[in-house]
Amino acid sequence: MDATSSLRIEGVSKSYLQRSTLIAVLDSISFNLETATWTTILGPSGCGKTTLLKIIAGLEFPDTGRVFVEARELSRLGETAYLPQDDTLLPWRTALGNAILASEIDGKPIADAKREALDLFDQFGLSGFESLYPSELSGGMRQRLALIRTFLTHRDILLLDEPLGALDPLTRATLQNWLLNVWSELKKTVLLVTHDAEEALLLSDRILVLTDRPAQLQLDQAVELDRPRDRGSSELVSHKSQLLRLLLEEEVGT
Amino acid sequence: MTSRWMRIVAPLMLLLLLLGAWELFVRWFDVQPFILPAPSQVLVAFVANFTMLVRHGAVTFSEITLGLLLGGVGGILLAVVVFYSPILDKALYPLIIGSQMIPVFAIAPILIVWMGYGLWPKVTVAALISFFPLVVNVSDGLREPTEGAVDLFRSLGATRAQIFWKLRLPASLPTLFSGLKVSATLAVVGATIGEWVGSHEGLGYLMLQSNARMRMSLVFAAILMLAVLGLLLFGALRIIERRVLHWRARKVESREVSR
Ligand SMILES: Nc1ncnc2c1ncn2[C@@H]1O[C@H](COP(=O)(O)OP(=O)(O)OP(=O)(O)O)[C@@H](O)[C@H]1O
Ligand SMILES: [Mg+2]
Repeated sequence: MDATSSLRIEGVSKSYLQRSTLIAVLDSISFNLETATWTTILGPSGCGKTTLLKIIAGLEFPDTGRVFVEARELSRLGETAYLPQDDTLLPWRTALGNAILASEIDGKPIADAKREALDLFDQFGLSGFESLYPSELSGGMRQRLALIRTFLTHRDILLLDEPLGALDPLTRATLQNWLLNVWSELKKTVLLVTHDAEEALLLSDRILVLTDRPAQLQLDQAVELDRPRDRGSSELVSHKSQLLRLLLEEEVGT
Repeated sequence: MTSRWMRIVAPLMLLLLLLGAWELFVRWFDVQPFILPAPSQVLVAFVANFTMLVRHGAVTFSEITLGLLLGGVGGILLAVVVFYSPILDKALYPLIIGSQMIPVFAIAPILIVWMGYGLWPKVTVAALISFFPLVVNVSDGLREPTEGAVDLFRSLGATRAQIFWKLRLPASLPTLFSGLKVSATLAVVGATIGEWVGSHEGLGYLMLQSNARMRMSLVFAAILMLAVLGLLLFGALRIIERRVLHWRARKVESREVSR
């Protein structure tokens, strides 16, 4: 395995027992993620994207197959920054308190974490909202806060499960730009799950498309468009319609 | 008028109305004071016997607060133990439920035999009756965090202790306080029952004594004192709740405005 690969997944399969029937969710999935690249997973709803992220994060165990982080095979708990699909901000903590959660868990100095957090609040346009509670923030602001919290974990691998899924198109576009800016500064390895083909093309170095359950790797494609990308460019639009066709075939096939 | 004022004025008006009706009723039908005293007579008895009421009230109040403290701490600990140990959960839960089917009136005399006439049997009755809402509410509260939130903590490498202190415990505080407020009212009942069964001081004792001597206005004055103490305790808990759950207070306020 080459030296720049930070995450390697080898033949991962997973089934769940649902009311005494075994349903296969993932079927021998294999891929490498190179350090500091952005990879996006697309796939029909319920195909097992969240399950895959949980396995990588160490929260679930694959039935067969292995996962390596930096060529080491170990419990991945504490190794990755996982942003779950549902809202996981803690309502009793202020925005700032939520942002520094990982430092607290790691037992790192809180003052440093706060200083760093204030920087990111600024970059994400959340300055002045540090002492508000999540219930006092808008949906877009909450999502930005969750992303800040994820960046502040200081983990090298970010696992983002549909972080922009519930947002209106305008907020979404703004956040996509923000994400790209922060990412290009911090140079993290990102694995993003989304339903949005355009989002995948705008952000990623590489796109993985999963088939419907049991999910197999249907397409593994590098995105060779120069950054910054324009969502209106003819190249991107034609790539997008290809991807959509592929995804639709999967949905219809069920 | 602001909603804050309404919250104080509205119940006061209603109370005055009810007391007025009561007063009129007693005077109109010329009810004997040893059957039902008028509110004015109760007030007179309350003022005339104020020092005695305070002395007995202090005894009852310490029984209530000690009982609530013991029952509260016990209930919370029990909920945590039951949450983390499936075996103890299975073993203890039927016993905990079963203990609630036994009327405290049946236990109180036994406790008097074991512990004498002092403070402790009353504290024990108050604790026994007030721990249950906390067991139920804190058990629910500890299960409050979503799977996603627990996953988030685990993925960061959080220990079980960290998940408890930073996620489950704070998440359980709202239901904990709801339980505590129910428990406080139950502790008042428990302490009074304990005193009825056997005591030589306290408001329950005073009620029994005055009842036997047909001094009905003093019985009512003692009830009034008990209500005042209960309200004081409840108010104190609400103040602490608002302090601890200030993140929630903001949400509630904004909801009230929009209602
Ligand atoms: N803990 C579990 N027990 C049983 N079945 C599960 C469990 N978790 C997931 N599944 C099943 O596995 C399948 C994949 O679920 P998963 O959440 O990974 O899908 P997904 O691709 O993330 O879907 P979506 O795009 O809607 O988020 C679903 O059919 C689901 O019912
Ligand atoms: Mg999912």
